Amino acid sequence: MKYLSQSLQGSSRREKLPFKHKHLLGIRDLTTSDIFSILDTAESLYEISTREVKKVPTLRGKTIVNLFFEPSTRTRSSFELAAKRLSADIINFNSQASSVVKGESLKDTVLNLEAMNPDAIILRHSAAGAPHFISTFCRSHVINAGDGAHEHPTQALLDAFTIRQEKKKFEDLKVVIAGDILHSRVARSNILCLNKLGAKVVLCGPPPLLPMEFKEFRVDIDFNFDRACKDADVIMMLRIQLERQQRNFFPSLREYRNLYSLTLERYRKARRNAIIMHPGPINRGVEISAEMADSANSVILKQVENGIAVRMAILYLLLGGKEGESSD
Amino acid sequence: MSLLIKNGRVIDPASGTDETLDILIEKGKIVAIKPKITANQAKTIDVSRMVVAPGFIDMHTHLREPGQEDKETIRTGSLAAARGGFTSIACMPNTMPVNDTRGVTEYIISVAKKRAVVNVFPVATVTRAQEGEELTEMADLTEAGAVAFSDDGLPVKTSEIMRHALEYSKLLDTTIIDHCEDRSLTQDGVMHEGHYSYLLGLKGMPASSEEVIVARDLILAEKADARIHIAHLSVKGAVELIREAKRKKIKVTTEVTPHHLLLNDSHLDSYDTNLKVNPPLRSEDDVGSLIRAVKEGVVDVFVTDHAPHTVDEKSVEFDSAPFGINGLETAVSLLLSGLVNKNIIPIERFIEMISTTPARILGLGNKGKIQEGADADLTILNLHKEVVVDVNTFKSKSRNNPFHGWKLKGAPAMTIVGGKIVFSA
Repeated sequence: MKYLSQSLQGSSRREKLPFKHKHLLGIRDLTTSDIFSILDTAESLYEISTREVKKVPTLRGKTIVNLFFEPSTRTRSSFELAAKRLSADIINFNSQASSVVKGESLKDTVLNLEAMNPDAIILRHSAAGAPHFISTFCRSHVINAGDGAHEHPTQALLDAFTIRQEKKKFEDLKVVIAGDILHSRVARSNILCLNKLGAKVVLCGPPPLLPMEFKEFRVDIDFNFDRACKDADVIMMLRIQLERQQRNFFPSLREYRNLYSLTLERYRKARRNAIIMHPGPINRGVEISAEMADSANSVILKQVENGIAVRMAILYLLLGGKEGESSD
Repeated sequence: MSLLIKNGRVIDPASGTDETLDILIEKGKIVAIKPKITANQAKTIDVSRMVVAPGFIDMHTHLREPGQEDKETIRTGSLAAARGGFTSIACMPNTMPVNDTRGVTEYIISVAKKRAVVNVFPVATVTRAQEGEELTEMADLTEAGAVAFSDDGLPVKTSEIMRHALEYSKLLDTTIIDHCEDRSLTQDGVMHEGHYSYLLGLKGMPASSEEVIVARDLILAEKADARIHIAHLSVKGAVELIREAKRKKIKVTTEVTPHHLLLNDSHLDSYDTNLKVNPPLRSEDDVGSLIRAVKEGVVDVFVTDHAPHTVDEKSVEFDSAPFGINGLETAVSLLLSGLVNKNIIPIERFIEMISTTPARILGLGNKGKIQEGADADLTILNLHKEVVVDVNTFKSKSRNNPFHGWKLKGAPAMTIVGGKIVFSA
């Protein structure tokens, strides 16, 4: 704890940790103060990854399972590095090489892993609500690393961290989230998170991928991307998946690109120094031009870097507290 | 052996009766209904302060036998029905194999005769293997004992097949029941489409998927001048279509389940798979519209859509769980508690919707009424009894009921089938 408390001193805004959750299932369950406490903790842990010896002993002796039922580059390795930099032991479960291919159910898989006494299970699953489901019978802390089209809370938190780093505030910021809103867990978590932080969110995309019911999330909807970009402080692009075209959510990738790709021309309508974000993996030349993805105002790789600090903060807040301190 | 039911408040909507009377039963039939009957030979039961109703009929039950006896059998389903106050159940044909031939219909009837404690009336499919391509031999099936036809679980696939089924049904004086769902709009859907499906990230099933097929069926039934029964009505738009069709004297009847009247899509917040059902739990606005439709008489019948599934099948991610709610043992208490005891509908109307009218739709001439010569199927209710739903006490083989723990007022006290007491609380 010594190393951690030292690094926490850098931005010691509070003496105790008010974070009182057993699991991290979604942004929806977090209060604004919870979110700030994660962001502040991440800020204090950020520096560890810049040291020559990128490790503190804070979570030594804790065991974490990375349980990924879907492919992932960023999230899985980010959680793995976050755990290792806090000295936790982490195992990576690969569903392709597991008894899942023999038909073992999610419940049985988790019960068997739990029998090995892990402290936390990080779950990525294609079914919305899968982390909620396992949290009903898990002793371990459950962390949602993306569930279907529901939530991806750590992505939204690292996005908020990045926005704060760049813009120093959330109030009065215009954040445009553009693309396949309907199927995006990143969009949902970001909408909920940015709402709680006080930013103004505008959703943009073709109408079949952006139902009007999203208005109930207290956001603005604009189907016209040129108009939506106007005066934006943050433009967050979402990956468009090819299979959406096959189901006729839009007529062709060509037409999608013409209407919704982030180009320099569109970017120029935004506020000066607007930042460009993308949760990855990006389709260069589809939802974002290569020129924009690589531009000076693109923070896409910063997001990846910040992901480690934010995930360290989450592991620390969930697992680092004294026994019995966390409850849900 | 004869049975004398004494001092009950006899309510028979068919004859407009509502008074304290005794009922004498002999050889499975009602032989006398009048005040102060004395019959020294008869076994006598005093049901003072209870309601005696014509036996309840659930015209929408899934019994799973043949083929999926791990979920339910004809026997366990019938025991659940008896405990739930039902004296007759019509079982849907989506068994394995599906009930599309005389052989399966006769099998169900013969197993029921040996093993069931309530009357079991098979519903056969409209099309062979429920595939929506070829009509089943509806005359042969009717003769074998099928009381109605439905591709339940699926809509009748094309307008042409539906048209011919409706036309042919007139020959047999039978009813086509349709599960109204445009499957192209509900592909991969697991809950009602709306704010909550977007919030929970679950694939939605829009209200329009039901409305489109209800509209189709009403148009075809009008042209064919045939009877159509719309299964498990769930959305406001479909209520409005049916209200208008009834005004135009189209021969349409419809049914609603307790869960569509008492639960809405906001309850899915918990991702509880026991709330996964098709049609899905709809919006609060739809629920309000259904309750108004019940009050106004737009809805004709209460059904359970009893759909048992094992605990293991439901102990999975929401997307992977099968659709269905186990409803036979909770329906009557839910409706008494939620509608009758809240004065939304009077008790006579409730009995009409759960006995008189289903008997009429299914053509069960000797049931659904308390009259001399009618079958001695009776449901006795205690309107004041308080019960707590406990799925662990179910007679059904399955436990998939989302009302576990609910406190309800009003319950079946006794179920009598053919003069025999098959359930007593």
